[in-house]
Amino acid sequence: MFSNFDFDVIQRSWVYLFTTGLKFTLILTFSAMLGGIILGTLLAMMRLSSNKPLSFIATTYVNLIRSIPLVLVIFWFYFLVPFIGAWIIGASEPIQVGAFQSALITFILFEAAYYCEIMRSGIQSIPRGQVFAGYAIGMNYWQMMGNVVLPQAFRNMTPILLTQTIVLFQDVSLVYVLGSVPDFVTSASKIAQRDGRLVEMYLFVAVVYFVLSFGLSTLVKRFQKKIAIIR
Amino acid sequence: MHYNWNWGIFWEMSPDGIPYIDTLLAGLKWTLATAACAWIMALILGTIFGTLRTTTKPWVVRIANGYVELFRNIPLLVQMFLWYFVMPELLPGALGDWIKSLPDASFVTATLALGFFTSSRVAVQVTTGIQALPRGQRMAGAALGLTPVQTYRYVLLPMAFRIIIPALTNEFAAIIKNSSVALTIGLVELTAATYSMREFTFQTFEALTGATIIYLIISVIALFMARLLEKVTAVPGYITGGSTSAGGH
Repeated sequence: MFSNFDFDVIQRSWVYLFTTGLKFTLILTFSAMLGGIILGTLLAMMRLSSNKPLSFIATTYVNLIRSIPLVLVIFWFYFLVPFIGAWIIGASEPIQVGAFQSALITFILFEAAYYCEIMRSGIQSIPRGQVFAGYAIGMNYWQMMGNVVLPQAFRNMTPILLTQTIVLFQDVSLVYVLGSVPDFVTSASKIAQRDGRLVEMYLFVAVVYFVLSFGLSTLVKRFQKKIAIIR
Repeated sequence: MHYNWNWGIFWEMSPDGIPYIDTLLAGLKWTLATAACAWIMALILGTIFGTLRTTTKPWVVRIANGYVELFRNIPLLVQMFLWYFVMPELLPGALGDWIKSLPDASFVTATLALGFFTSSRVAVQVTTGIQALPRGQRMAGAALGLTPVQTYRYVLLPMAFRIIIPALTNEFAAIIKNSSVALTIGLVELTAATYSMREFTFQTFEALTGATIIYLIISVIALFMARLLEKVTAVPGYITGGSTSAGGH
């Protein structure tokens, strides 16, 4: 079946692909996860806040982002970020934004909507009495959230946050649509097209993604069992 | 800042000889067609493999688990490439050539990729639904003299489906959004139509806004129908929050 295939192309390029493309994908995943969880937590706090305009803004943002496809969001921010940047620094022309920064902003803003929903149910899983207890001993909102509610919400939601991060890791492959971002899939497809070895290269990409995602999700499952015993 | 807004662009003629708004609507048709066909496929395959995961034969469970893990752990984009570029080469020569020469090859392969991808997620939900039922229901089926297949068909699956309806409607919303990935293999669905409108007119933000509004309308309609369906099918006494609060797309 594989008689007329040439897997040599992988042997020639795997070091390059791992040290540039995959490294880019992993760094982007990790940075977007950090930014997304922070922004998502803030959004969740806004959604649950008793301040109506604040909660309306967060709810609208999250529902809007969640109802349009990631590919469209990638296009939106790819074209919008240079304009917003120019607006912030007061330039008259759209500014140049690097591929990494543009992709990072996109994924933070997109994934924050999903992390927000996870953190919202995390915060809601904490009994209300703890909030009242925090206020009763004289804490203000930020002390109560930071010391009482959020640490527990994070612990309860860690497995789901990590599972969402695996989804994010797979989503990062979609920056391929921009063509100019050197992530794993884009780099691999450039080599595949240069050498005319699409079949071998895409099989290789699939295997690498499978091994990484499956390995990570197995770790998450094991971790989930571990913290389930502590609780 | 220089950006010339021109909302009238939607009614101007595209190179295809139709107004740009019709370009977007033609894209919408492909989006809905892909999502609908893939959804039928995902429901059938997902039900089969999700059910197999709850059977008592270890090797059957292992095969079904393998199926789910295979399609869940490879990004949809890469799966599209596998079906579009790789699959025709691995098939026997004549069959591969026939697939490549199909007039709507990208539609067929996008549907296959999206169907298999979503079926693994449906399978997980079906398994969850079946496992949410009390063990006694399976035993009661056996006690009545039903075969295992009959127990699943008449006792377990009808209840399981009613429990997982909210989770399934989430998956249905996701499949419409995920069909946009098909633009990478050349299917001119809504997002691709938007991008081509942008390339011809340079009215980037009008095109993107148009597509966003269309996606929003679809998702509001889908949400409304989902609520209705959930109300009709809810099982009294069961909490069916589904996975509405969880992540995923």
